[in-house]
Amino acid sequence: MQSQAEAKYDDSEIKHAEHSEFVSFTVAGQAFCLKITQIREIRRWSPVTILPHAPADVLGVMNLRGAVIPIYDLSARFGLQQTEASERNVVIVVSVHGKPVGLLAESVSEIISINPDDIQDTPPVDSRNTMDYIQGIISHDDTMVRIINLDAVITVPEQVIS
Amino acid sequence: MAGSIQDTFFEECEELLEAMDEGLTAIEGGDHDSEVVNAVFRAVHSIKGGAGAFGLDDLVAFAHKFETVFDEVRANRLGLDTKLIQLLLRCSDHLADLVSTSRDGGSVDEAHNDVLVSALEEYIDEEEEEVVFQPMGLGGAFEMAPIEVEQERVYSIRFHPLKDMYGTGNEPYFLFQTLADLGTLEVTLDESELPGFDALDTDESYLIWSLTLTTAESKSAIESVFEFVEGLCELSIESDMDDEDEANALAALEAAFGTAPEEGGDQVTVPFEPPVSAPEPEADAAPVAAKAAAPKAEAAKSEQRGGPNPTLRVDLERVDRLINAVGELIINHSMLAQQIANLDVADLRDVETELEGFKNLARDIQEGVMSIRAQPVKPLFQRMARIVREASAATGKTAKLITEGENTEVDKTVIERLSDPLTHILRNAVDHGVEKPEDREAVGKNRSGEIRLSASHRSGSVCIEIKDDGAGVNRPRVKQIAIDKGLIPENAELTDGEIDNLLFLPGFSTAKEISNLSGRGVGMDVVKNAVTALGGRINISSTPGKGSVFTIILPLTLAVMDGMVVSVADQTMVVPITSIVETMRGSDDMVNNLGADGTLLSIRGNFVPVCDVGSALGLCKGDHDQPPGVYLLVETETGQRSALAVDDIHDQRQVVIKSLDGVCGNIPGVAAATILGDGKIAMILDPESILAASPSAAAFDTERRISNAIAS
Repeated sequence: MQSQAEAKYDDSEIKHAEHSEFVSFTVAGQAFCLKITQIREIRRWSPVTILPHAPADVLGVMNLRGAVIPIYDLSARFGLQQTEASERNVVIVVSVHGKPVGLLAESVSEIISINPDDIQDTPPVDSRNTMDYIQGIISHDDTMVRIINLDAVITVPEQVIS
Repeated sequence: MAGSIQDTFFEECEELLEAMDEGLTAIEGGDHDSEVVNAVFRAVHSIKGGAGAFGLDDLVAFAHKFETVFDEVRANRLGLDTKLIQLLLRCSDHLADLVSTSRDGGSVDEAHNDVLVSALEEYIDEEEEEVVFQPMGLGGAFEMAPIEVEQERVYSIRFHPLKDMYGTGNEPYFLFQTLADLGTLEVTLDESELPGFDALDTDESYLIWSLTLTTAESKSAIESVFEFVEGLCELSIESDMDDEDEANALAALEAAFGTAPEEGGDQVTVPFEPPVSAPEPEADAAPVAAKAAAPKAEAAKSEQRGGPNPTLRVDLERVDRLINAVGELIINHSMLAQQIANLDVADLRDVETELEGFKNLARDIQEGVMSIRAQPVKPLFQRMARIVREASAATGKTAKLITEGENTEVDKTVIERLSDPLTHILRNAVDHGVEKPEDREAVGKNRSGEIRLSASHRSGSVCIEIKDDGAGVNRPRVKQIAIDKGLIPENAELTDGEIDNLLFLPGFSTAKEISNLSGRGVGMDVVKNAVTALGGRINISSTPGKGSVFTIILPLTLAVMDGMVVSVADQTMVVPITSIVETMRGSDDMVNNLGADGTLLSIRGNFVPVCDVGSALGLCKGDHDQPPGVYLLVETETGQRSALAVDDIHDQRQVVIKSLDGVCGNIPGVAAATILGDGKIAMILDPESILAASPSAAAFDTERRISNAIAS
């Protein structure tokens, strides 16, 4: 079932679509968004199992209906301070290289419809990571929403891809 | 459809190649029994037969040459000397290559092919007959009887299909058409058995045909027409001539099937059986051949009868799905058990009994499912004999592979993924381990090296050992290379074991020059990674002048294990039962500090280093003043004992292993994860690598220090 759904939605042709729907959310007070088709589900925060020797941006692993999925703290991943656990936090489950991965965000905001023409290139800033992680920006309701480049943010261990 | 039949052929080829290898190995070992020779001949012949049916000409041509030489051996016209045996072994390797190139595409090494063919031709007489392909024969008496009589004969055939024959979709018409191609055929239908219309059972088979065939073909050619309906019909073939050949063939038929002629003359009416089983029924007398031939013949027989199959070919993915489902069932059981326990109901006895039954049932199912995947390591080991042969040929050394414990059963996935590491270790053993014949002689060893490959079960794991009687690890050189490559500091003081383990460092190579074997860009570090990826461990020990031993310890299966549920730094974790020797509750007087941060536990007068799991995993700071509650005494594969300090022990249960490799990469100290009854994930610890990571325990087990450096 899952693989079917993936196949159906796995079209990363953001530029070609007329209007694309994005889910916006907050990470460390900043607005980010992901294309709605990249998101498999959004879950309430529940305590995770800590992974020994894990870097600060890897919170641990969570049981998603029998599958072990890693949870990343997006904020720490972006080089911001670590997210403080709270009831309002959400885990956004996305699929990277066919593997489910959870991303911790402060809260989910809304679904926004974006015309590809409105997507602006990321203005050059002095951070390699930021340039890699942010695919583009959009102006929405007077706020700047950053589009996340998922493949750059989450790299799956090499042996999985090979 | 054609594709799938071809797939079946290639699957059968695997079995046949296996039988061939086994036979040749026996022959190499000095068993020149006719049964063994026959078994190999049959295997080659069957491969040729199938290959012919699919038009795999290269394969047929080579198999034919191979077979012809073997036929000479079989007829005792050719003696089996060492030279011939070596040639036959090389040919069997080449045949395996041809099969795999036919299956997977790719090109055949023409030059190699030609060399072997001309070598084979030296053994074949001039007047060798042309490649005549008969898909029917599976060896045995029919073929041995030379058919020289070229004159026409009249055969009377009585053919009564059983209803099963129609059930399998066979059509008599086509059989008759094929017969008609052999000569002049007259067909008469005997409908006397046909009941009245009222009594007609449409599923029953009433029709009997009498056929008269005039042909120069042999009786076996006629029988081959009916090959596909063997066991599905009553068949009798009579000939107007009672010559010697015929009598021979009949005698063989009787011998093979143990059936006396029902009627006088030369007529035999038996449910037609393939002459698969060996002509001599006392096959048991030759144990090796019996092993190879008997189960196969049995399998072939029952397949043709359409009866219950002794084996089942199942898509691995289906088994995996089943295993996953059973795994979930077990998790589900523990969830239920935990929730019932939490219910706080006064009388739970009945529910608990039922739950216990549920648990046992689930375990039975699980064991059954797991055993589906278990396979003996034999085919893998047989392939390794070839690796050793090739490596010996490439290096100009002589080495012999001796295998032990071939029937040890291991999960199929484990076997498959063991192939590459084993290949590499064996190549190394020949290339680096075994000395040149003259060098061996000089130190008073046999000219031929001996490599022993053994498998055995060892308390829930499989132990694979590769032992050579070569020169052992050249420690000064290994150390020098490591220093030259900057892998270790120049002034490093290493123990012998540590030096041996340097071989596993990435980028390490002891080969002075790049030979045929080394320089393939694969080092022992890759071997180590492959073994680690399987949840196993590899160890090397070496005695200068005497040889080296590589020991690989692997889990039996990659799906389930028995574990002890413990808590460490507020986290629930699982420790594999197999690594735990003993558990004990600690008390202050048992703990002794040693130096700045070493801790020893005194157990019945013995002192064992303590490793605080929480701090080794980086979850909490080790606090030696406050001894943790419980110790798990573990034994590493080198026999070194250590105590793992944990906060508490909860439970002992079977857990389903969920690999973390694909999720988080390799985490030192953690083997995998599992899901507990409450739905939470728990880490499954790897005591061996925790000890490696722990400085205090490692101080007592210096070899670990190196392997840790290698692992990280």
